[in-house]
Amino acid sequence: MLDVAIRKADGSTAVDWQRVGLRATPPLPVVPALSPLLPGGLRRGSTVSVSGSVSLLLALLGAASAGGAWCALVGFPRISAEAAREYGVDLARLALIPSPGEGWTTAVGALLDAVDIVAARPPRGRGPAPGDVRRLAARARSKDAVLVPFLAEAAWPGADVRLHARDGVWTGIGVGTGRLRARQVEVVAEGRGQAARSHTASLWLPADAGGIEPATPLADVIDLAG
Amino acid sequence: MKIASADRRICIWCPDWPVTTARIEAGIEAGAPVAVVTANRVVACSHAAREHGVRRGLRRREAQAHCPQLIVLPRDEAAEARVFEPVVAALEAIAPGVEITRPGLAAIGVRGPTRYFGGETGVLHALSRGVAGIPVLGGADLLIGIADGAFAAEQAARRGVIIEPGASGQFLHDLPIEVLDPSGASPLIDLLRRLGIRTLGAFAALPPRDVLARFGPEGAWAHRQAGGRDERPVSGRHPPAEFTVTLDLEPAVDRVDTVAFSARGVAERFVTDLAAHGLACACFELQALSENGEEAVRRWRHAGVLSTVDVLDRVRWQLEGWLSGPHRPTGGIIRLRLVPVETVPTGAHQQALWGGNGATDERAARALARVQTLLGHGSVLTPVLDGGRDPGQRTRLVPWGDEPTPLRSPEQPWPGQLPAPAPSVLLDPPRPAQLLDAARRPVRVTERGAMPAPPALFGMGNDVTAVTSWAGPWPVDERWWSPDSARRVVRCQIVDVRGRAYLVTGTMGTGTPQWQVDAIYD
Repeated sequence: MLDVAIRKADGSTAVDWQRVGLRATPPLPVVPALSPLLPGGLRRGSTVSVSGSVSLLLALLGAASAGGAWCALVGFPRISAEAAREYGVDLARLALIPSPGEGWTTAVGALLDAVDIVAARPPRGRGPAPGDVRRLAARARSKDAVLVPFLAEAAWPGADVRLHARDGVWTGIGVGTGRLRARQVEVVAEGRGQAARSHTASLWLPADAGGIEPATPLADVIDLAG
Repeated sequence: MKIASADRRICIWCPDWPVTTARIEAGIEAGAPVAVVTANRVVACSHAAREHGVRRGLRRREAQAHCPQLIVLPRDEAAEARVFEPVVAALEAIAPGVEITRPGLAAIGVRGPTRYFGGETGVLHALSRGVAGIPVLGGADLLIGIADGAFAAEQAARRGVIIEPGASGQFLHDLPIEVLDPSGASPLIDLLRRLGIRTLGAFAALPPRDVLARFGPEGAWAHRQAGGRDERPVSGRHPPAEFTVTLDLEPAVDRVDTVAFSARGVAERFVTDLAAHGLACACFELQALSENGEEAVRRWRHAGVLSTVDVLDRVRWQLEGWLSGPHRPTGGIIRLRLVPVETVPTGAHQQALWGGNGATDERAARALARVQTLLGHGSVLTPVLDGGRDPGQRTRLVPWGDEPTPLRSPEQPWPGQLPAPAPSVLLDPPRPAQLLDAARRPVRVTERGAMPAPPALFGMGNDVTAVTSWAGPWPVDERWWSPDSARRVVRCQIVDVRGRAYLVTGTMGTGTPQWQVDAIYD
C-alpha cells in the first residue's frame, strides 16, 4: 500500500490513503479478555488461525455470535453445545459440518460467501494445498468473512493473526478431591503487519462456571525477611 | 317443503376419536378400557375406561390406579387424520365443501343435499349408508346432529339430536357456559363463571357492544356463538381456498431426481398461491405416498421465505432419506402433497431496509442450504441443547432446516449432571482408554464405588502418561428400572502431566475394569 497522505497547509492530514483502503464494515467484536490479543476485534476479510485449544476457538466466536453473526464449524468432531453456549455462542446461528470429506475446500468456500465466521479444520493427514489456501483467503477477503483455520500444530500459511494456546494449568482439582473448575492458559498472538509483535495474554479458559476471563497474574512473592 | 337456512349444517362427531384410532392402529377390540396419553396425561379415554373413573387430565399412574386393566396407548395425530379420511370421504360423497374442525369432527352445509335427497331424513339415510360402509370404523361410535350454524351443529352432534330450523337459539340457551371451550383452559370461561354467567343463554342476553368492549374480539366471537349467530363462512376443502397442492405420478416413480423434476410445477404453484394471498410459509408438511400405500410425512420449518427451489430441495431431501432409509417403500412414489402448516404475512419476512439482520440471516441460510445440496441433507447440522446427565446426551445434532427442538427439557434439574465448565469436545463413540494404578494394573472400582488403588497412569492409546490430579469416582446409576437401558458406571476427571483434562467413565464391580474417554476439556 502506498504511504501517501494529502496534507493541508497547517500539516494536518486531509486524506490518508492508508485509511481509504480500509473497509467500511465494522469488525466483529471479541470478548474483552481477548481484546489485548486482537485489538479492534476480528477484522472482516482476515484470516485468524487458532491452534492448541477448541475452547479458545469457541471463545473467539462467542462475542461475535452473540452479536448476531453466523458461524460455521467445518471438519470438527462433536463439539459440545453446552460448552459453546458457555462461551456465548448462539446455537441458532451455528452450523456444523462434521465430515465434509473430499468436499472440504468447496464447503468452506461456499460458506465464506454468506457466513460471517467460518472455522475450518483441514482434513487429517494432509495439509491444504497452497493454491487452496490462497483461494480461500481471497474468498474471505472479497466476501468480508473471517476464515479461522484450526490447526493442531502446523501453521496456516498467510494467516493475518495466529492465536496459539499453550498447555494450561487446571485449578479446583486435587488428588482424588475437588473437580475441574478453571484452567489458566497462556495465549500467544503473532502475525503480520500490526500484529507482527507477538503478544501474550494469561487467560482463564474456561473460567470458573464456564466462559473466558482475563487472569491476573499472582503477585510476586515478597521476601519480608530480606 | 321448507327451505333450510343458508348456514344450516349436518355435523358428524366421533366421540373419543384419539382412542378409536389408537385402538384401531393397535388392533384392540372395541369395548376394552383404553386411554390415550400425551406427556403422561390422559388426553382421551374410552367409555369402558370412563366407567372405571378414568378422566381427561389424569396422570397415567392415577388412571391405572382407577382401572388396573387399562390399556395405555400413545397419541398418534397423524393416524387420527388418516383414519378419519374415509369418514370425510363419505361426507364428501353427499356434498362438497367438508369442513373438518379436527379429526373426529366434521360438518357439511345441508341445504344443497336436502333439496337433492328430498328432505333432511333423506340426507341422514344417505349418510348412514355411506358411513356404515366404512370397514375401518368397526365398532366405533358416530353421532350426527343437524342445526343452524357451526357451533350449534357441533353441540347437536355431541348430543346426537336434530334441531328444528330456527330453534337453535333455544337449544343453545340452556347449555352450560363450559361448552364454549371443552378443554377448560380458556380464561374467558373462568371469568364468566365467576361473574355468575352459567348458561349460554345468559351470556347471549348481554348486549354485543358491551361484550366487545369488556372481553375483546375473542369474547365477541364467543358471544356470537352462544347466541347461535355464528356467521363464519364455510371454508374447508374447496381446492382454490386451500394452499395444499398435490402431484399425482402415473406411472409410479422410484427415482428421486425424476420426482423432483416433476414436482417443479406444483412447488411453484404452492409458493405463488401463498404469495398471492400475501402469505409466506414458515412450516409445511410434505406427504409422499407409494403405490403400495406406504406414507412418509415430515414437517419442514424454514427460517426465511420459501422459494420454489427451497421447496424442491426439501422434496429431494425427504425422498432421499425415505428411499434409502430403513423404512424404504416397497413400490414407487405415486403422490406428493404439500400442505402449509404455518403461514406468516409476507411483511414479517421482508428484509430490513438497509439490508440489516434479515438479509444476513437469509444469505447464511441459503449458503447452508447450498452446502446441504452439495454434501447431503445430514451433513449440515445444528446443535441443540438437550436434557440429560451425560455431557454427550446434552448435545444433540439435528440436520439443518429440521426443527431444533430438544427431546428432553434441558431446564429440568437433571441431578447428577456435571457442573460447569462443560467439556468442549465430545467423543462419539467414546474411545477406549487405559487407567492404571501405580503398579500398572487397571484401576478397579468396587461395587460400592470405592477406589482401592488411585489412578497413576492414563493413556488413550498404548502409551500412557502420568496422572497429576484426578477427581471422582462419581457413581452414575441411570435407568435402573429398565433392564435394557440401565447403566451403572463411575465418572472421573483426569488431568495428565501435559495439563490435558479428560472425562472418563469406567465399569464397577469385580470384572476386569473397562475405561473409556467420553469427552475432552480441550
